[in-house]
Amino acid sequence: MSAAQAAQTAEAAPRARLSPLNRRRLAIFKSHRRGLWSLWIFVVLFVLTLFAELIANDKPILVRYDGAFYVPVLVSYPETAFGGEFETEAVYTDPELVRLIEEKGWMIWPPIPFGNRTVDGTLDAFPAPPSARHWLGTDDQGRDVVARVIYGYRISVLFGLVLTVLSSIVGIVAGAVQGYFGGWIDLGLQRFIEIWGGLPQLYLLIILAAVVEPNFWWLLGLLLLFAWMGLVDVVRAEFLRGRNFDYVRAARALGATDARIMFAHILPNAMVATLTFLPFILNGSILSLTSLDFLGFGLPPGSPSLGDLLAQGKNNLQAPWLAITAFVVLAMLLSLVVFIDEAFRDAFDPRKTFR
Amino acid sequence: MNETATPLLDVRNLSVEFSLGGGRRFAAVDDVSFSVAKGETLALVGESGSGKSVSALSILQLLPYPVARHPAGSSITFAGEELVGAPEHRLRQVRGNRIAMVFQEPMTSLNPLHTIEKQIGETLLIHKGMTGAAARARIIELLRLVGLGAQAEKRLDAYPHQLSGGQRQRVMIAMALANEPDLLIADEPTTAVDVTIQAQLLRLLKDLQTRFGMAMLFITHDLNVVRKIADRVCVMRNGKIVEAGDVKTVFANPQHEYTRHLIAAEPKGRPPKRTDQPQAVMEANDIKVWFPIKAGVFRRTVGHVKAVDGVSLALKAGRTLGVVGESGSGKTTLGLALLRLEHSEGQILFKGQDIRALRAGELRPLRREMQIVFQDPFGSLSPRLSVGEIIAEGLKIHRIGADAAERDAMIVDALNEVRLDPETRHRYPHEFSGGQRQRIAIARALVLKPSFLVLDEPTSALDMSVQAQIVELMRELQAKHGLAYLFISHDLRVVRALADEVLVLKDGHVVEHGPADAIFEAPQQDYTKALMAAAFALEAVETGAVRT
Repeated sequence: MSAAQAAQTAEAAPRARLSPLNRRRLAIFKSHRRGLWSLWIFVVLFVLTLFAELIANDKPILVRYDGAFYVPVLVSYPETAFGGEFETEAVYTDPELVRLIEEKGWMIWPPIPFGNRTVDGTLDAFPAPPSARHWLGTDDQGRDVVARVIYGYRISVLFGLVLTVLSSIVGIVAGAVQGYFGGWIDLGLQRFIEIWGGLPQLYLLIILAAVVEPNFWWLLGLLLLFAWMGLVDVVRAEFLRGRNFDYVRAARALGATDARIMFAHILPNAMVATLTFLPFILNGSILSLTSLDFLGFGLPPGSPSLGDLLAQGKNNLQAPWLAITAFVVLAMLLSLVVFIDEAFRDAFDPRKTFR
Repeated sequence: MNETATPLLDVRNLSVEFSLGGGRRFAAVDDVSFSVAKGETLALVGESGSGKSVSALSILQLLPYPVARHPAGSSITFAGEELVGAPEHRLRQVRGNRIAMVFQEPMTSLNPLHTIEKQIGETLLIHKGMTGAAARARIIELLRLVGLGAQAEKRLDAYPHQLSGGQRQRVMIAMALANEPDLLIADEPTTAVDVTIQAQLLRLLKDLQTRFGMAMLFITHDLNVVRKIADRVCVMRNGKIVEAGDVKTVFANPQHEYTRHLIAAEPKGRPPKRTDQPQAVMEANDIKVWFPIKAGVFRRTVGHVKAVDGVSLALKAGRTLGVVGESGSGKTTLGLALLRLEHSEGQILFKGQDIRALRAGELRPLRREMQIVFQDPFGSLSPRLSVGEIIAEGLKIHRIGADAAERDAMIVDALNEVRLDPETRHRYPHEFSGGQRQRIAIARALVLKPSFLVLDEPTSALDMSVQAQIVELMRELQAKHGLAYLFISHDLRVVRALADEVLVLKDGHVVEHGPADAIFEAPQQDYTKALMAAAFALEAVETGAVRT
């Protein structure tokens, strides 16, 4: 390829990547102010909570001691490193250690000096109401609610996103196969889905959770067993419609294999319906983890989660800050996703005109 | 022009602008004036995008306001009343009552969930408050009027899907006539139907017009239809009327260059006379495509729809076999069966090899040599792929071309061959017109250097002048590459221009088969004669040979 040709391709490339159709979609999405703001808030909160260790932690971000720098957030140091007596990891909230460090240097603490499992021993009674020390109070085991919410938000969103992606992949493949081949394959899979969907999934999950020690990946796998069915119908319908289009016939006349026709020709055209559905699946995923945690069959005991906070709120009605916090955070998270979805749907609606 | 007293409909300085967002505007109709007198037929003729349908829709104020708007100065007066900006309740009294409209697409302009009685009854109810037995009697009368008289009572309970395209269009006309309108707007009412049905519908409209003394505004891209039905004609281009006048005068002595271009642009010419005897590329013996009809709980096969029933043909290199017949005669199914895109019985020999027994994997290398171009250029290109990707698809599947650069060069060649700017390969199908899309579809087939090409009505969705260009292109490509064409069409004018041999199909059977000259000069069968009359003279023949 000559230099001139290369320059030409480079010039054509960005145009090819963002087709006029997608530019139009982007414009509609941007014109949807509520959706755009929601997306920004969602993304900013998510990125912030990804770095939760730097925001809420019972270890300092940076320690200067005796002319050297230490990063306790990332590295575990024994107490002896700071002139203490024990070989175990330093406890930076220990007044004795604080005194030792501050004699020969300084510490920088995160904005919230409590981790998600830090029990604040200075308090007399739990749950403690909101105060300058604990902005949203503590839960019934003396852990800071703000710290728990930050970590809980992170795990909820991460879990939701991973489950959404995985269940969409399974759902799209299953729907595509049914819609494209039709006939007995379709009939058989449809009946299987009807039976599978009729299973009382929450009870099954509770039973399974009793057999295995539930952790993030176990719960993901168990919920995935049932979550994939949401997309099947939509994708199947799109493929049933799409398989008779002339361009699909043309591809067949060119000698394209079934897999190629399905994923290079029909799927991109079925993507709109699929994408429109994704936020609902995300919401569903977040909620199913929350409900499991609420019932106590979710993440291992002590894990920070919104469901756990809700359960504490239910058990401690005299401490309304627990329930209120959990409710506000959940409602905000789910509403954000719904608002983003609204803008998404408008952007992909071919009949939508500019106002 | 006879500008008597006040015309029934008077359109003065009509402009229509569409807002494209971001403050940009597109003028679809630009300062158009015309008038229709009582009992007269005015034809608006032009190619797609010339603004003829938009003009018609603005008469009934049916455009998507406020995205569309009429700039100041636009005026449409109907029987002395201004319609632009008229209040909605007033417009509703005019719509479907004094001005009625028949749309192009009979498949989608009827509500699929309502019976014929309900569809027609609705207009009667809205404008006349007619219900019950009175309405029923009137509906039967209307059905008789539009030629659906036989078993009219039975037809009342029919749903649109139980009727053929021509019958649906007749129902549409019955709905339009229900309140004896003063003006009938017909927006390409015959474009989506066969030539034989077109001839019948045109005669029906003409009859009804004389009987009721209606004025008619007839929109079409087909000059032959204009010549047949209209008194006066307005030629539109890019939202402007470039020529207007009496039909006879305009056709005899076109003033504007564009009108001359339109009149000259019909598919014409003949395939060249050849004396050599090339080898057969495709031979088929006793092809049958039967679709089972299943019934009952156990889905037992109780009968068959015989889409293609015992057709034999032989196609030689560099020659064209025209397959003609009405819709539903099995033309397309035959084409698909030959390419093994439809399951069939019988023997299909491609270059001497029986391809009917081959498995999909064994057939794949042969797919390169047999290709197809479909009727609808809007449906046959995937909207998510750029033109370059669409053409490259076949190259990738058959692993032709060593690298991306070599494939790109082939794509450029193919686009040049179909007379498209090679730079268009970076753009998407929706940016192209119908004719250009059809060229892209041809390029997709050509890039594989096939020897056999099925052309499934490649011109019927296109404007007349574009049809002529495509026919010219096909003829050229055939001479250059020695392609064998199976040319499927209901339009005998196009077939005449291309085919060396003609096969006439009816209900899956061969009615007539022979050299094109023999069949066109002296058709033997009534069915063939009826097709000819409909295509060349737009005359409906009353022999019962064709369907209604």
